Amino acid sequence: MSFLVLDRVRKDFAGKAAVEDFNLEVDAGEFVAFLGPSGCGKTTTLRMIAGFERPTNGRISIGGRDITNARPNERNVGMVFQSYALFPNMTVGQNVGFGLKLKNVAREETHSRVAELLELIHLPDKDDSYPHELSGGQQQRVALARALAIRPQVLLLDEPLSALDAKIRDELRTEIRRIQRQLSITTIYVTHDQEEAMALSDRVVVMSRGVMEQVGPPFQIYNYPETRFVASFVGKLNQISGSVIDAKTVQCDDDRLQTTTPIEESPGTAVNVMVRPEELDLGAGEENQLNGVVESVNFLGAIVRVRITRGEQMITADLFNERLLELPEVGDNVTISFPAHACWVMKAN
Amino acid sequence: MSAISATAVAEAPPTPEPAIRAGSGSKVLAWMVVFGGLIYFFTPLVATGQRSFFAIRDTFGFEAYRRILTDPTFIDTFTLSVVNAVLTIVLSLIVIVPTAYWVALKMPRLRSVIEFITLLPFVIPAVVLVFGLLRMYGPPPLSLLNSSTSTRVILICAYAALSFPYMYRAVDNGLRAINIRTLTEAAQSLGATWPTIIWRVIFPNLKVALLSGALLTFAIVIGELTIALYLGQHTFGPYMADLVRNKVSEPAALTVLSFAFTWIAMGIISYLTRRQPSSKKRGKR
Repeated sequence: MSFLVLDRVRKDFAGKAAVEDFNLEVDAGEFVAFLGPSGCGKTTTLRMIAGFERPTNGRISIGGRDITNARPNERNVGMVFQSYALFPNMTVGQNVGFGLKLKNVAREETHSRVAELLELIHLPDKDDSYPHELSGGQQQRVALARALAIRPQVLLLDEPLSALDAKIRDELRTEIRRIQRQLSITTIYVTHDQEEAMALSDRVVVMSRGVMEQVGPPFQIYNYPETRFVASFVGKLNQISGSVIDAKTVQCDDDRLQTTTPIEESPGTAVNVMVRPEELDLGAGEENQLNGVVESVNFLGAIVRVRITRGEQMITADLFNERLLELPEVGDNVTISFPAHACWVMKAN
Repeated sequence: MSAISATAVAEAPPTPEPAIRAGSGSKVLAWMVVFGGLIYFFTPLVATGQRSFFAIRDTFGFEAYRRILTDPTFIDTFTLSVVNAVLTIVLSLIVIVPTAYWVALKMPRLRSVIEFITLLPFVIPAVVLVFGLLRMYGPPPLSLLNSSTSTRVILICAYAALSFPYMYRAVDNGLRAINIRTLTEAAQSLGATWPTIIWRVIFPNLKVALLSGALLTFAIVIGELTIALYLGQHTFGPYMADLVRNKVSEPAALTVLSFAFTWIAMGIISYLTRRQPSSKKRGKR
């Protein structure tokens, strides 16, 4: 049985839906990321789980208990905020122990729990420091420890790494996943950073305009997107215009492209052939190939990004860097190729 | 390459020199303004101080201070005003802190409306306010001005209203300096109730703001004359007015004492502001 359940949840602000028909079942110990652009409703959904917003319709339950109308302080849900939200007047130890004190936990037990959590976040010597004496990354670790101190049933993280430097963000991301696995705590993580969502979570919920677009493991979301929004929002994507010839073939100007994914549209329908940049190779291939002119070549370290114009269309190819790679020159006529299983077809807009 | 650089340097306009000249001119002007200000502010104070130290003709001493500090009326009126001030501060805090907090948290759009309401004591003169109080609470059926206790309650309520512009501003500034929404939500998610949030999260982080508001309120109440006089209360304000009418050196000594008291209060605020953890630099990224 699922641990956290959101059943047909809806939230309206001034008569306008911010979240619509949201259904999700999360297993105990699962890590789920809500991914989407600003204003897609991911934070609103998280706030409804936390109790800071009340759903207009629908039901939310944790461990079989209906918490739809429970107050935030009655839910036993830990929350980590983007802005850390540490209490400036309290030391690190007091911050972490705040929730325990409210629960009237004995002083000795509070001390040992705080020490244990500070050990867990690798800040055992910061007990007496004030938040302003810590770096942003350290403050966010303390915020995480504070949220975990009350042994919450669900841990909610609202873009916790957005305010941090890239390097600290990477470190803390790994830390969050380590701690989550160690404690087996059910976690909901809100982010607009797709790399973060895919690196951390067991499942990703992609949202757009208040609607859940797709739910699934990161591999499935990236490689088998169900909607055009998911396909274009998650990762980079080439969309090559053409028209359907049969269930496996699309005519794109003078070239015929094959796909192993059956095409549902009828012959003659205008469609887009979707293919990820990293699936493309320079040079002729056995299955699909296209010709174009190199517009730019960007060396990005691990990959080399080549932009190719083909009539009015722009195609991006991400080539894996290797020492023997021969880089094309701007203006070169090149052939690009990709296997039939790498692409799929969607009806044109 | 080096030749080109040399030419470029040689042809560069000599900008630093006029800048230095303009800088020294403005420095002189700045010092003149400072000296002017010092003379303007300190001359009356020095004159007042000098008057207070010569209560006995041509003899320097603390006679005026001795007379004041040993005057039983001074002690009675001052004590009464101090108690009134403390009660006013408590009442003002009880009304203003939850109101400002709630408005900032739940109804931020009403912020300007509440701000306007709290500014009304600036617009309504004290004499108008006191006549309003006399008309409202004096005659039956309320007749609250018949007993000294109920009159004192009315006086303290009036003082609390007078303190609203200062107290609200101080509290509102304090609330703007901290992220109250997130702090409140963080506390709620940890199991805190509203009273706990206000008492243990909001109040401690507003310490300096509350102290500033409280000291300003104290300063207003201690010297307030109009309302106390019309309500027939023998507080420190009417005592000072009486002293000014009948004595020479004692009012000057009282002024110096008030001035010293204000500076000590400001020093306390400044000291506590420096000690406040949240007022220090935010965490590094």
